[in-house]
Amino acid sequence: MKILVALKRVVDYQVRVQVKPDGSGVAIDGVKMSINPFDEIALEEALRIRDAGKAEEVIAVTIGPQQAMQQLDSGLAMGANRGILVKTDKAIQPLTAARVLAQLVEKEQPGLVLLGKQAIDDDCNQTPQMLAALLDRPQATFASKVEIDGQSATVTREVDAGLETLSVDLPAVISTDLRLNTPRFIKLPDIMKAKSKPREVIELDSLGVESGDHLSYTRYEPPAQRQKGEMVADVPALVAALQAKGLI
Amino acid sequence: MSKILIIAEHAGGQLNPSTAKCVSCASGIEGASVEILVLAADPAAVATQAAGIAGVSKVVTLANAAFEQATAAAYAPAVLAVAEGYSHIFGPSTTFGKDLMPRIAAKLGVSQVSDIMEVLGSHEYKRPIYAGNAIASVQAPAGQTVVATVRTASYQAAKSADAAAPVEASTASFEAPAHTRFVGLESGGGDRPDLQTAAKVVSGGRALASEENFKLIYDLADAFKAGVGASRAAVDAGYAPNDMQVGQTGKIIAPDLYIAIGISGAIQHLTGIKDAGTIVAINKDPEAPIFEVADIGLVGDLFKVIPELQTAIGK
Ligand SMILES: Cc1cc2nc3c(=O)[nH]c(=O)nc-3n(C[C@H](O)[C@H](O)[C@H](O)COP(=O)(O)OP(=O)(O)OC[C@H]3O[C@@H](n4cnc5c(N)ncnc54)[C@H](O)[C@@H]3O)c2cc1C
Ligand SMILES: Nc1ncnc2c1ncn2[C@@H]1O[C@H](COP(=O)(O)O)[C@@H](O)[C@H]1O
Repeated sequence: MKILVALKRVVDYQVRVQVKPDGSGVAIDGVKMSINPFDEIALEEALRIRDAGKAEEVIAVTIGPQQAMQQLDSGLAMGANRGILVKTDKAIQPLTAARVLAQLVEKEQPGLVLLGKQAIDDDCNQTPQMLAALLDRPQATFASKVEIDGQSATVTREVDAGLETLSVDLPAVISTDLRLNTPRFIKLPDIMKAKSKPREVIELDSLGVESGDHLSYTRYEPPAQRQKGEMVADVPALVAALQAKGLI
Repeated sequence: MSKILIIAEHAGGQLNPSTAKCVSCASGIEGASVEILVLAADPAAVATQAAGIAGVSKVVTLANAAFEQATAAAYAPAVLAVAEGYSHIFGPSTTFGKDLMPRIAAKLGVSQVSDIMEVLGSHEYKRPIYAGNAIASVQAPAGQTVVATVRTASYQAAKSADAAAPVEASTASFEAPAHTRFVGLESGGGDRPDLQTAAKVVSGGRALASEENFKLIYDLADAFKAGVGASRAAVDAGYAPNDMQVGQTGKIIAPDLYIAIGISGAIQHLTGIKDAGTIVAINKDPEAPIFEVADIGLVGDLFKVIPELQTAIGK
């Protein structure tokens, strides 16, 4: 079995992005970029499944500009067998990402596609479900535990009501939640070893994928700020403040 | 004119309040007619509740044993079977709606608008991005069905109607795939007020330091008749179950009162509480970022403060 893992290049989670004063976008020039944290978890899970002997190959895919090769490099250093960069300078939306990934799935025929549950830049939480729909395959989103048993997978999902378990036939699409695993750190020798791994670059335009970028983002603004309130000295003062607001 | 279909979220014969919040959002679109779709093995009870929400013009039901559990695999083809003629299809941005709606959008070949927090027009909305660090206005094309999720923390549940809306059984046919099977649900919460709808929430963070100590949070919550929340750090460490996580990747909530105890106030956590009425922070570090957004802040050791507070409120 092959496993396809989607890695998105995003602004690092520690960067606090600011809206540009003219409202035309967010200022992200020169900020630190990383693999979307959920995607690192997806890759780690794929590597563990492979290393448990349940898959032969892990293919990392990213759709983005040439610079996204950095994230692909990290993915290969973590342990993916090979990488595919689908190159585009446009910021694509989830439906386009899903259509591109669907085409790669047709070509590579993986038994499993692992993605993050949401990209922490657009916070859309759509691409995995869209991919599953386009492929008419099962989806198990927000996974906190994945067990591969032959032709199916048993997946525990983090849902509002608690932990739901689904059994899905393979091939399937799984999106990862934070508690699925803790991704490994990349060590220097891993980076050296990864240098010789195959990297394929495909121009997005050459795939003939119909664009799904239907939404236009017209304006950006900073969120309403909460004001710093009062500091109280002790518990009786806290209780009094709550009483004053009619909260107790 | 906008004709909006809202997919009802329900379990155990009870309509989830997220549905009435979607109605509030949809009603913000001028001149919209708002209908609710109830997919269930036996939709009667839920349909009655849905029909009682003010602003709903019709409830459509589709009964099928495949809806015994609300899997996206079974729901999506059914929604598509009745989708014809609607200009908008909305679901809540709960795990139910997040799982389901993109599957519908992709099949319709349209983009999805995630987490509507404000309606600007029939095809224009505001939504948060970058963990709420920016609010974007997005425009969906006029000629396409709008598939969207509604950020439930941005809306109050629509009130009860004076007269119930008509309920109509659909005879649409669809095929639920056999590739997805429900195995079980293990709920973590217990019988405290539901975190997503509770008027008051008491939350604990990493500072609680053990599952044992986290009982302090439960006890204080009980004294306040509050729901219980937790930071990711507390959930990751196993002090609290996953369904209590509040934040960007957990639950986004808007209680009247939120008490954060031993939580530093990372941006990913704050995203989950920015619509709360009053935020109280208790933290031993006066520099903790949580104090920047707290309405009432108390610097102190939680192990001292909690028992005192519990005594003070006299329960
Ligand atoms: C992609 C991504 C998504 C995330 N999503 C979420 C999310 O949804 N929700 C979320 O919460 N986090 C989320 N996080 C994690 C977030 O960045 C923080 O790491 C987390 O919120 C920290 O939890 P904490 O405040 O409990 O712990 P800490 O940051 O360790 O803070 C503990 C606080 O307790 C105080 N303290 C210690 N001892 C005491 C005492 N005795 N009495 C009083 N105070 C004390 C300390 O001063 C400190 O401020 C996410 C992170 C990433 C990367
Ligand atoms: N441009 C992209 N390149 C690679 N993977 C992507 C891309 N966009 C989305 N994904 C995958 O889809 C997941 C969800 O993204 P989103 O739907 O944008 O929140 C991400 O965590 C990635 O795994």
